[in-house]
Amino acid sequence: MSPDDAAPIIETVGLTRRFGERLAVDRVDLAVRPREIFGCLGPNGSGKTTLMRMLMGLLAPSEGRATVLGCELPGDAERLRPSVGYMTQRFSLYEDLTVRENLTFASEVFGLSRGETRARVAETMDDFTLGGYANTRAGDLSGGWKQRVALAAATIHRPHLLVLDEPTAGLDPQSRREFWEKLFALAHGGATIFVSTHYMDEAVRCHRLCLLRDGRVAAIGSPAELCAPLAGRVVNLHVAEPERAIADLAAEPLVASTTQLGDTLHVLLGPDAPPAAEAAVRIDRFLREHGHHDVRAGESEPNLEDAFVALVVAERRIAEPDSARPGAGAAP
Amino acid sequence: MNAPAAGLRARVRLALRRVGAMARKELRQLTRDRLSLGFIVGIPSLQLVLFGYAINMDVRQIPTAVLDRADSAWSRKLLGELEATQTFDLRRRVRSEAEGIRLLESSEVGAVVIVPPDLDRRLLRGRGAEISILADASNPTVANAVILAGQGFGRDWSSRMQPYVVGPTPGAPALHLVPDDRHGFAPERDLVRAEPIRVAVLPFYNPERRTAVFIVPGLVGVILTMTMMLMTALAVVRERERGTFEYLIATPVSRSEVMVGKILPYLVVGHVQVALVLGLGWTIFDVPIHGSLLDLGVGALPFLAAMLSVGLVVSSLARSQFQATQMSFFFFLPSMLLSGFMFPFEAMPRPAQWIGEALPLTHFLRIARGVLLKGAPIQSLGGEVLAIVAFMAVALGIAVASFRKRLE
Repeated sequence: MSPDDAAPIIETVGLTRRFGERLAVDRVDLAVRPREIFGCLGPNGSGKTTLMRMLMGLLAPSEGRATVLGCELPGDAERLRPSVGYMTQRFSLYEDLTVRENLTFASEVFGLSRGETRARVAETMDDFTLGGYANTRAGDLSGGWKQRVALAAATIHRPHLLVLDEPTAGLDPQSRREFWEKLFALAHGGATIFVSTHYMDEAVRCHRLCLLRDGRVAAIGSPAELCAPLAGRVVNLHVAEPERAIADLAAEPLVASTTQLGDTLHVLLGPDAPPAAEAAVRIDRFLREHGHHDVRAGESEPNLEDAFVALVVAERRIAEPDSARPGAGAAP
Repeated sequence: MNAPAAGLRARVRLALRRVGAMARKELRQLTRDRLSLGFIVGIPSLQLVLFGYAINMDVRQIPTAVLDRADSAWSRKLLGELEATQTFDLRRRVRSEAEGIRLLESSEVGAVVIVPPDLDRRLLRGRGAEISILADASNPTVANAVILAGQGFGRDWSSRMQPYVVGPTPGAPALHLVPDDRHGFAPERDLVRAEPIRVAVLPFYNPERRTAVFIVPGLVGVILTMTMMLMTALAVVRERERGTFEYLIATPVSRSEVMVGKILPYLVVGHVQVALVLGLGWTIFDVPIHGSLLDLGVGALPFLAAMLSVGLVVSSLARSQFQATQMSFFFFLPSMLLSGFMFPFEAMPRPAQWIGEALPLTHFLRIARGVLLKGAPIQSLGGEVLAIVAFMAVALGIAVASFRKRLE
């Protein structure tokens, strides 16, 4: 049976949440399949946390519905709890308890007996290599270890679904790598993971993800699917004065956005631009006309960031037609 | 010479500017903190009203039981006048001394008036009748009021008898009494004493009327009110402030499980506090422990639970630990002032007494004083225990209902 045929672990239809006048989550339709790592990518304030809280039954939706592991939310939230693990954005274990005490509490509060708890805590500490910190107070741990302990606590009752709200925010790359290795191990073990992030390199590692913007799902699919529409729309550029080139390119109607990566400029072309190879020639000429030298332009592979930026720019175009980018409408 | 002065001026100006910035910032923050504003206005108002109402050392309407062994016209007249002094509220009639003492023990009455069976005879024969008043001296203020009123009443009667006394010199051992009704039943020439009525007040439970004896058992209740309420008042808010609340409510733990789990450890802590205060009171102030400590422990249990439940209600209403502390004050203040801890309950006006009756501390004070000073068994204080249990049930119900497993 392919994952597509199985009943979705999370399903939302028109899920909406308002805080007063503000729409935090706006008509979100999602289906998360069993055993996938589903990412939720979006800038701060895009509604990731609100969406996750609704999926955990901690917030009631204003409209729409959410079904998680067959439980209708928020009414059925209590039935859902035993099978879900949740990591809040902020470190939410008891800082004045030791690692072992925190894990013991987590296990017992999920209803495991004393004996089961003892075995499970030992097993989990082993699994997460927390042994060296068993008697350290959680508050004294470094950021990376805190998140490791929090993940251990969130999984100690072997949940079918893990909901992780920016679990790696503020961690160093090594800690993030290790954290994601744990996630893949858990997914391999049969868990479904719904994880939010604003790191592109993490988003790429998800099986599928949704891009959230202003509470709305801007795009949904695998990283490859999200990048596919941008094939032929990315140009890499070497130029002697990259800063001046960025300023000049803002006036070039072909260009949607320019990102500096060291000496290289990563240029995303607008939706109406010609294929990258042709556009590269035109950009080359454009820059030379503006007095740039040592220009080398060539087609490049789109990445997830491009997909994200493309969506953001598209939104902006709708919001402020023409005025923001003079001549945008005149592109061939 | 001018340069250093200018430098100083500039430094002062800078300092003033920073002080001004600091003060303006504080004021802005204060105006945005509604509860603090309420605290600034509310606590003084509450204090003024409560103190104004409650401070009244003029004890009146002491609930009193009557054992009228004479049951005659004279005794009824006497009791009627005793009641007219307004110090005593003769609300109970008892048939035996033991019954009266039982009421005294359970604090249902503060005094028992005993009229001797031979009142009429002794009065009319001029032998001088003795009325006994058993006063609950565990509360020295009340006992003093009874003694004053009793003695005054005795003197008053004697002096009103005076016009009818015939004889050479007042105060002489043998005088003649011409009673109220000159043509009535009284024999005309009879020996009387200078004091036809003597009132003997017998202070019970705390014969020396020492204040410490009265205060310490009450202090147990006051200390428990403050500490227990604060413990749980901070409990839920702390989880909220530290961010563990969201984690907690995402687990299968139920609302009542959280509540009971937060209360349980403090029931033990509370009993340790009781032992501490009593131990100190006993060693330092010689406060007697007449009753059974087990009875006190049993009585303290619902009281502790009630205070902890109030704390939980506060905790689910407050948004920060600071707010919780402020809110607790609003409960603590009336508890201290209207429970009969600071001022005699009997001296408070009726509305204040009604509020007092609704506060668990009032009932716990009766239990603590009853058990410790009077040696009353807990069974005889069942009404007080019941009142506290009822309060606790309501408070815990509100606490559970106001604890939401939701973030809103």
